[in-house]
Amino acid sequence: MTTESTPVPSPALVPSHAPVEITGAEAVVRSLEMLGITDVFGLPGGAILPVYDPLLDSKKLRHILVRHEQGAGHAAQGYASSTGKLGVAIATSGPGATNLVTAIADAHMDSVPLLAITGQVFSNLMGTDAFQEADIVGITMPITKHSFLVKDPREIPATIAAAVHIATTGRPGPVLVDITKDAQQASFAFSWPPKIDLPGYRPITKAHGKQVTAAAQLLAEAKRPVLYVGGGVIRSRASEELLELAETTGAPVVTTLMARGAFPDSHQQNLGMPGMHGTVPAVIALQEADLLVALGARFDDRVTGKSALFAPNAKVVHVDIDPAEISKIRVADVPIVGDLKDVLGDLVTAYREQATTITPDLTEWWATLDGLRSEFPLGFSQPSDGLLAPQYVIQRIGELTGPEGIFAAGVGQHQMWAAQFIKYERPNSWLNSGGAGTMGYAVPAAMGAKVAEPHRDVWAIDGDGCFQMTNQELATCTLNEIPIKVAIINNSSLGMVRQWQTLFYDGRYSNTDLNTGHGSVRVPDFVKLAEAYGALGIRVTKEEEVDAAIKLALETNDRPVVIDFVVSADAMVWPMVPQGVSNSYIQYARDHSPAFSEED
Amino acid sequence: MSTHVLSLLVEDKPGLLTRVAGLFARRGFNIESLAVGHSEIPGLSRITVVVDVDELPLEQVTKQLNKLINVIKIVELDQSQSVQREHLLIKVRVDNTTRSQVLEAVNLFRARVVDVATDALVIEVTGDSGKTTAFLRVLEPYGIREIAQSGLLAIGRGGKSITERVFKN
Repeated sequence: MTTESTPVPSPALVPSHAPVEITGAEAVVRSLEMLGITDVFGLPGGAILPVYDPLLDSKKLRHILVRHEQGAGHAAQGYASSTGKLGVAIATSGPGATNLVTAIADAHMDSVPLLAITGQVFSNLMGTDAFQEADIVGITMPITKHSFLVKDPREIPATIAAAVHIATTGRPGPVLVDITKDAQQASFAFSWPPKIDLPGYRPITKAHGKQVTAAAQLLAEAKRPVLYVGGGVIRSRASEELLELAETTGAPVVTTLMARGAFPDSHQQNLGMPGMHGTVPAVIALQEADLLVALGARFDDRVTGKSALFAPNAKVVHVDIDPAEISKIRVADVPIVGDLKDVLGDLVTAYREQATTITPDLTEWWATLDGLRSEFPLGFSQPSDGLLAPQYVIQRIGELTGPEGIFAAGVGQHQMWAAQFIKYERPNSWLNSGGAGTMGYAVPAAMGAKVAEPHRDVWAIDGDGCFQMTNQELATCTLNEIPIKVAIINNSSLGMVRQWQTLFYDGRYSNTDLNTGHGSVRVPDFVKLAEAYGALGIRVTKEEEVDAAIKLALETNDRPVVIDFVVSADAMVWPMVPQGVSNSYIQYARDHSPAFSEED
Repeated sequence: MSTHVLSLLVEDKPGLLTRVAGLFARRGFNIESLAVGHSEIPGLSRITVVVDVDELPLEQVTKQLNKLINVIKIVELDQSQSVQREHLLIKVRVDNTTRSQVLEAVNLFRARVVDVATDALVIEVTGDSGKTTAFLRVLEPYGIREIAQSGLLAIGRGGKSITERVFKN
């Protein structure tokens, strides 16, 4: 990420520098305002009460009261992921803070710029097992980019400014600021801007010229290159630069789960998503490549399959702003540490210089890949039970909403189908919990996205399992006029787990039946639940009802909409690479492997 | 696996040690020895860590340590390019028949007696791990009652300093 992404106060906000005497709590609110933050998600409690008092008077900060702190965390994530801006969540001490933990861990895995502010018990009570005390700084140490404990009000402005700086620069991530109640209550002389002192934090953004030249040379010489695009391209806002590199080199592009939308799906060079549920062309392109140019990607096990057998003949150029990602899983032949937005531009220039002496010819490579594309297109078959195909529902949501929409998914089968069957044309249009795999992400994340981008249609594409984890935020949406649209892909079960039970546990369905769909007691009844929350509830069970329901949802903007798409429980996510084997064993459909994979 | 000595220059902040130790623990690596103290720059501490780990995971841990906001610099100190010392306090059982033999061993190893009782001596010894191990082996037959050992301390040979060029920008 570039430093431009740091929220900076607009000139109008810069006050006279004369210090004013205010409380620590007022300083929290004032600091957030000065940093240009406009929306925060949270829920008050004893140890954060002082902050909530000045929050009531703030004209610049909109606080959205959630129903569960996890919802605040995911909402802040959705807010951040749909815009690239910082997301902010506030909670009280103890359980308030620990309820944020899942969202913080999620943001850590997916490099989401998130500021979590938590109240802490009085400093003289810390360590005494005081009421609602939890060592949240200690708890979140392994899942934050950094965490601060503030016991002195004078440290509040600099700490919040430093936290925002850390969260939004370099590889973005979550930062927690834990503030004791006495620090919130005490007064001190506030002045702005504070001095930020972070001697140990210096993210590298400009790459080494020699390395860029070496990468360009490999690209020019490669016969079978692939641009392996990860979520870093989105975080660094480098989609335009990526498009230029792709079109200059003519190389095929694969976009990982975190990178869907970083490169247009409609572009001829896009082979789709790689990995466990990737397209056959994307998976095989990586396997057969002689050069991988990994751009803000981290060789996740869901992408590589058995990593020792991943892309066995490929050299690797690895560009990432985080040096620790390079050669973590796969040793890079050309490591490049830098911000993709800068590096990609440099790489294009360097490639053009190389390409004057070498004329890369990718005709043969493209012939192979196009063959795979025509032989193994993404698709699905109608469920044998005659019930609604979940893939069809998701595809129609994408088609009827269009690429300007925002799609937030939960975790599981519906997430994979949403990654596969919605066509993404722009970055930040696809939000999901990729690394952590947090069920329950969709509804609050969609809520956060809708707050950040109110003019866009925002869908939560959720499962019946996921939806039951965080649907309480529908109350927040209704009361705060955040009209998100929720599509429950209701297969009456924990579908992805059920799929694994079908494939790997002889169809022994241990504890995956949720009784929300066909032939069940329907507890809860999602339509009634939606109505109870003041949302429009619609049930769809037949294919011919799908379009009308989606259109009605798109036209309804005075309240949230929940569509209960009751689908077949037997539909499975294909293609699939079974866990722990080489990606060459990709199966296009059950027991249907592409013939060539047997050669390896 | 092989033993590595890492020297970390860090900001003196609460919780820093937990953050450092956590990165090792998360990967299942055991810290063999740890020494923490002030550096010559106010506000900066120096941590010497000894770990037994392969080269590649060590590189990953080092990179992760570098990502900690409060870690300023890390160097790996090679045995031949650095001075490495540990410090031990040893309580040995003695009586009138063994005391002089123990004192002889103390002199041979250039150790020092720092406390004397009728039935025990407390001995202080400094050295590299080869020397201290040999010394303990010699004392073993007399009966070692207690050992308190510092973590390994290490510093690079020659005129260069780990804190050089730290605050260049």
